[in-house]
Amino acid sequence: MSRTFLGMPTPAPRGVGHLRGDEPFPAAARRALGDAQLRRNLRHATTTIRGKSGAVIGEVPDWQELRAAGRAIKTDTMARLPELLEQLEAAVTAAGGTVHWAADAVEANRIVTDLVRAAGADRVMKVKSMATQEIGLNEALEAAGIEPVETDLAELIVQLGRDKPSHILVPAIHRNRAEIREIFLREMPGVDPGLTDEPAALAAAARRHLRRTFLSTKVAISGANFAVAETGTLAVVESEGNGRMCLTLPDTLITVMGIEKVIPTWRDLEVFLQLLPRASTGERMNPYTSMWTGVTPGDGPQTFHLVLLDNGRSAVLADEVGRQALHCIRCSACLNVCPVYERTGGHAYGSVYPGPIGAVLSPQLTGVADNASLPYASSLCGACYDACPVMIDIPSILVHLRAEAPHPRAEAAAMAVAAYTMDHPALYAAAQRAAKLSRLAGPRGRGLPPPLSGWAASRDLPQPPSETFRQWWAER
Amino acid sequence: MRIALFVTCLADTLFPEAARATVRLLERLGHEVVFPEDQTCCGQMHVNTGYPDEALRLVRRHVRVFAPYDVVVAPSGSCVGSVRHQHATVARRAGDERLASRAEEVAARTHELSELLVDVLGVTDVGAYFPHRVTYHPTCHSLRMLRVGDKPLRLLREVRGLELVELPQAEQCCGFGGTFAVKNADTSTAMLADKMRNVLAARADVCTAGDASCLMHIGGGLSRLRAGVRTVHLAEILASTERSATAGERDRLEVRP
Repeated sequence: MSRTFLGMPTPAPRGVGHLRGDEPFPAAARRALGDAQLRRNLRHATTTIRGKSGAVIGEVPDWQELRAAGRAIKTDTMARLPELLEQLEAAVTAAGGTVHWAADAVEANRIVTDLVRAAGADRVMKVKSMATQEIGLNEALEAAGIEPVETDLAELIVQLGRDKPSHILVPAIHRNRAEIREIFLREMPGVDPGLTDEPAALAAAARRHLRRTFLSTKVAISGANFAVAETGTLAVVESEGNGRMCLTLPDTLITVMGIEKVIPTWRDLEVFLQLLPRASTGERMNPYTSMWTGVTPGDGPQTFHLVLLDNGRSAVLADEVGRQALHCIRCSACLNVCPVYERTGGHAYGSVYPGPIGAVLSPQLTGVADNASLPYASSLCGACYDACPVMIDIPSILVHLRAEAPHPRAEAAAMAVAAYTMDHPALYAAAQRAAKLSRLAGPRGRGLPPPLSGWAASRDLPQPPSETFRQWWAER
Repeated sequence: MRIALFVTCLADTLFPEAARATVRLLERLGHEVVFPEDQTCCGQMHVNTGYPDEALRLVRRHVRVFAPYDVVVAPSGSCVGSVRHQHATVARRAGDERLASRAEEVAARTHELSELLVDVLGVTDVGAYFPHRVTYHPTCHSLRMLRVGDKPLRLLREVRGLELVELPQAEQCCGFGGTFAVKNADTSTAMLADKMRNVLAARADVCTAGDASCLMHIGGGLSRLRAGVRTVHLAEILASTERSATAGERDRLEVRP
């Protein structure tokens, strides 16, 4: 089917996929903050990854230059995305693959479902992929009577637990090993009832379960970390090797890739393959880097489909400030250093993209009004910007999106009055004197009206001074 | 040197002791301090809450008021961060390129207090005396927007009588974040709880920082807990001497009836 686009690019459609939460961030965060086990799991996991990552980044003398190179390549890519995508399409096609263009989640799900049906399969195995989580592919496949099996260990834990991923890299970061043992005992077919919560025992149980899947499933679905326009090569990096199994064993491979994952040349990989593992898992090099170019007769899948997914990305690209969010290589370093994420976890963000990058990416993909609380889910401390391996200025995008978000009417009125007052020094001085009346706010601010009452929930208000600085200066 | 004080609306209104200390300190070091009285607020709250159009008039005012001065100082890393990193952006967003370039000129002459002392005035021993056990919280905007680095610590290490103790996990945000503190009060409080845990673990009598806003948050939490640790702005410590040990002259965040 061919379509002609007219007008501005559209956001990701409602009612499909996982980019929108059911409730605003503050409400979801409030519940998460009360979960002591979750807080402990997150603190332990993020502290561990931060330590590992910091150590291996410290070994690289030209880390800042690498970051700058990563940013430069991504900026160049975004500046000529259409031409690079067409180059990629031509190269993949020439190598024996088939390229499909999906404007949104609905179209991508339909394309993939039709391809699986055409292959005559009722089960698919999946490589860990953010794009397919974003579009809700598993739900679409299940609705079509096709069973998707996640093969990344953490995604498998999430899938078996009928749960949602809460971290880009470590989707089950909110679970500890005791909880994982319970899920396996409850949901894994043929599991040893004497299973312990030793990590090695849990991994062995998953391995036995997955090995059966790898050997008997004819269709695999993956995402992509990179796609080289010049050569038509796709790349997936991972730690477990389960992705490698999916990418090499089946007859048919279907890759769903966000259009921003393209990079211009093979040589550009040298930058990203250094940046990604150190920023992401804290490894010098990831254990498995799988690359494939179309189809190779007699070796690996003999049918390859590449689905290029927009789903709001063109709309992000149209925003001069916000488009930086498309540079993201999904390392999750920003999650691991974020003081908000560390305390609330990923589910509070409502989207498959949590943490600082999610707070700038999700609202842009859906339109800010559909995720209006996310740009405010940050204290603007800036730790994410420092950690980002491709130097995405997340705090600036957050501030930019706050200006686009719908504002509560009372707040907007108060802000207008405040700006007017502060632009008139006499009024301003009068308002300062009135601040002394803040004794009306009650002892230590406990009588303040909402939303200011949120301050006094945990903090005393300072007593107003007997004179302001400018009064003191004038009398000096 | 003639130095214009950018007092910040928060220090002017709620924490004048930090601003007075800045004046006393700079005058003691032999400089002339002037206070342009038409200044009000830099507009950071408006920008960071999503109101850059409202902030525009405040940016215009700030630039007009401070343009005549060669050196401007503020006792706040956050407000200086706004002047340096946001003012020109706000102007450009409104299509006012002339204002943007004037804002950049003012920004280049505007310094946070520790930057002014160490980089511009070339002094680390300011002749202060403060006989207390102190821990330093590096506020996020000083640390990551301005990159003040160890300048505040170098100043504190020269203060006579002061015992400087390390704050565990110092570089983690305290959870203030401007309107974040009320829009996301629960998350802000969770971050504050960890910051207070670390302040208490340092067993300090005083927690200091270069921003009255973060100190209002940390001090407000410590006061609520009756923790017995007070917050004092860096300027007040540096202004204290044997003759006038006035830092924390009014402990308004301490327990009171």
